[in-house]
Amino acid sequence: MCRLFAVTSEEPLSPMRAIHALDVMREGHDGSGVGLFLSGLAGPFEDMKDAPILSGIFTEEGLKRLDRFMMEVGFVTKYKVSIRTPKITPKGMPRRNRYLIRAYEYPDSWDGVSREERDARLMSIRLQLRRMGQENNHEDMIVYSFWPDVIMIKEIGDPLTVAGHLELDRPELLSRVILAQGRQNTNYAINLYACHPFFIQGVSTMTNGENTAFVPIREFLSSRGFPGYTGYQSDSEVFTHILHYTMRLGLPLEAYKHVITPLKDEDIPKHPDAGLLTALKRSCRFLVIDGPNMVIGCLPDKTMFMVQDRKKLRPGVVGGRPGMFAFSSEICGLDAAIPDRDKSKDFQPMHLDTAIVGPGRQEVRICRQTDPLPRLH
Amino acid sequence: MQADRPIAPSSLSVKDLPWQIAWNRDLCTLCGRCTAVCPVHAIEPGVFRKRSLTQAAGLLEKPREEVSVFYGIRQKTDPAYACVGCAMCNMVCPNGAITPVKSDEAQKLVYHLNQGGQPRRRGGRRNAPPGILDRIKFIRISMLTDPALDAGRHEFEMRTLLGRVLPPEDTLTHVRDNGWMPPVREIYPLMIGSMSFGALSPTMWEGLVMGVSYLNEELGMPVRMCTGEGGCPPRLLRSRFLKYIILQIASGYFGWDEIIHALPEMREDPCAIEIKYGQGAKPGDGGLLMWHKVNRLIAAIRGVPQGVSLPSPPTHQTKYSIEESVAKMIQSMYMAWGFRVPVYPKISGTSTALAVLNNLTRNPFAGGLAIDGEDGGTGAAYNVSMDHMGHPIATNIRDAYLTLARLGKQNELPLIAGGGIGKTGNLAANAASLIMLGASAVQIGKYAMQAGAGCLGSEGDRCNICNIGRCPKGITSQDPRLYRRLDPEKVAERIVDIFVSFDQELKKIVAPLGRSTSLPIGMADALGIDDYHASERLNIRYVV
Repeated sequence: MCRLFAVTSEEPLSPMRAIHALDVMREGHDGSGVGLFLSGLAGPFEDMKDAPILSGIFTEEGLKRLDRFMMEVGFVTKYKVSIRTPKITPKGMPRRNRYLIRAYEYPDSWDGVSREERDARLMSIRLQLRRMGQENNHEDMIVYSFWPDVIMIKEIGDPLTVAGHLELDRPELLSRVILAQGRQNTNYAINLYACHPFFIQGVSTMTNGENTAFVPIREFLSSRGFPGYTGYQSDSEVFTHILHYTMRLGLPLEAYKHVITPLKDEDIPKHPDAGLLTALKRSCRFLVIDGPNMVIGCLPDKTMFMVQDRKKLRPGVVGGRPGMFAFSSEICGLDAAIPDRDKSKDFQPMHLDTAIVGPGRQEVRICRQTDPLPRLH
Repeated sequence: MQADRPIAPSSLSVKDLPWQIAWNRDLCTLCGRCTAVCPVHAIEPGVFRKRSLTQAAGLLEKPREEVSVFYGIRQKTDPAYACVGCAMCNMVCPNGAITPVKSDEAQKLVYHLNQGGQPRRRGGRRNAPPGILDRIKFIRISMLTDPALDAGRHEFEMRTLLGRVLPPEDTLTHVRDNGWMPPVREIYPLMIGSMSFGALSPTMWEGLVMGVSYLNEELGMPVRMCTGEGGCPPRLLRSRFLKYIILQIASGYFGWDEIIHALPEMREDPCAIEIKYGQGAKPGDGGLLMWHKVNRLIAAIRGVPQGVSLPSPPTHQTKYSIEESVAKMIQSMYMAWGFRVPVYPKISGTSTALAVLNNLTRNPFAGGLAIDGEDGGTGAAYNVSMDHMGHPIATNIRDAYLTLARLGKQNELPLIAGGGIGKTGNLAANAASLIMLGASAVQIGKYAMQAGAGCLGSEGDRCNICNIGRCPKGITSQDPRLYRRLDPEKVAERIVDIFVSFDQELKKIVAPLGRSTSLPIGMADALGIDDYHASERLNIRYVV
């Protein structure tokens, strides 16, 4: 079982804060990999909030192909973080040429395109780069995200070792939102596209546990006619896409749990939104997850949340203080990251709960599935 | 046979028959129960001539001849009276003196079952060994990263939907605009398929309805049963139990006069309307109720004269094509109940099932598609249809599901699988396999008769005389002397037993796969089979 840690803070933090939290939970992961999602970026990226940032791993050849491709599309590099790694790669980590974090300026031809169109194009470029990287088994490009105010880093190895090797404690990587996963590998060969957190158009989630309903969910998502619902090297990627789909339907975050773990038939009539929930449960029947899973995620507006599956078979705790809250697989992770908090207010979401920390980071709001939903727009 | 009698082409010996009566003279008390109970009069009291010779020791006395007679049981060899192997004689014999034995010889009767040029008709289902369903196993057991669930302790919600489910986008638009949404029923995934009032005896039907009502009202299991093409008893039409019933309309429209007239007096809507276009046991052939079973009651409910055979046409004659027929009939049926009742067609398994399915995906009112595979049962059909026509259910359902998944409509149009589910008794395993191949629900008929009422019929061509109404158990008979043998209360109890135990077994299958809160429709990654070609065809894993 993997270990997850996420933090949202008014003051920008180093990703090392999350890496250390993962390290104290090391009993729960086997050091086979680490994944990071950073948003609310500080440092140099603070001033370029709208510039899309490409995150990934490239070989020299891949980098050349990337440059040719991006030039053709009309993107110009605005800023980049070069992670030069020491010559000697620690045991357990593969040797890489270049970890790329590069902010671009939009092509002139994109001036005046709608937000929706821009989002679709950014996603399409990410998917195209990913495809190019997988062509002919080159593996010369691995692309995690291409989105404004988002950096993603994933690598095989023990989280602390990887962080030391990549010198993640650098000022360019300070951010206000961090999602971090310490991986418990279930495949012998590790595909980096199977590593959490997963990302699509500003939405990111990471998950604990196996998704037993993966295949029907994947088939359902793949057949929505949305090009981003693809990949699925990991059964957990569907949680990100379901959340994205829920948002696309115009539903609030509170409805996510009603999609993945709907109330029982006999409980729905007691809910104030019974009509909507019945219709939702029926029409999203193929998106019901069957656990055991704990999902931590982040929305484009930096709202962070945690939900449990219907059986609540996975650990998860949220706590903190106004200005800084963390979501963690275990309390020891929380203790490591935010020791100076009122521990009596720590909360472990149960089978009906969605724990939400809004962009203001003032409190943990608990939404029970039996509560009324916000009005639909 | 006397030496001076000619041997006719159809003169058979007992050895030529598929079933031979083994009668034990020492145990028999000549009570006559066996000859009275035999549904086909295959045995009769016989007078046997016995000659014995006595030879004293020495040569003084000549051998003495003595002739006597004794009474016993004689098996007839006329093809019309051939034993069907039902073994009722054995069941009623107080001493166990008689039993039918399956011949060890290739039977010759089969060549003579067309006397008068009339091909054999019978009830039951395809006389063939079990198909692919029994070979499918569930291989994706949650082990290391996740514990398997506990079938006895976790909460389970094994329900399914019947009716046209709108895609999420349209659903939310309709919720916001308070628009009309097609009716959808939440039901139990195991349904009792269409067996008509007429094909079944009144006591059997009553038992089924009582069992289904008990499951719904006392146990909270939303089990539904389909009427088949034979109408519905008038009192049931006007009762609150109608909501557990799926009314079937087929090409003979039998019973629909009564149903339409009952519309204003209905207190509840029926669960759904099934439009039958085909049946797995006799694909492309219409329904058949033979004259033996059309008594006064059946004639009244169906609105036909008494004592005539009732063959339904193969297609709905009032319509030009099946596409048009489906569209128009679905509309008409929706209108009859004010667009509150789901309507779906049922077809027989066929290589053209996808054409029908594609048609339905474009019809916004179609509430599902039931496909009945070649192993489905029937009350009466031509033997050739039953044994040689039709399409296996597994590939039909799989192809249909994958087609829907490609179109993104796998949740919109529920597929109902039928035909041979539980043929060898493995009801839950067969049902779960079909659900994981893509069915939303499964239908049983023959299994309900076998487990619910003790039907003797088998694929070893045993009994299978449902068509002539001589069912020795009273399940498919309209003769009060026969159907009185069946206690409807006991049938109801058995139906409840079947569903409750099925539910337990289903949980025992899905819990180790890590599923509990939703029916694992299309979870084909859980399935494996030891036949490479079958695994390729069904798109499941090959395991040896």
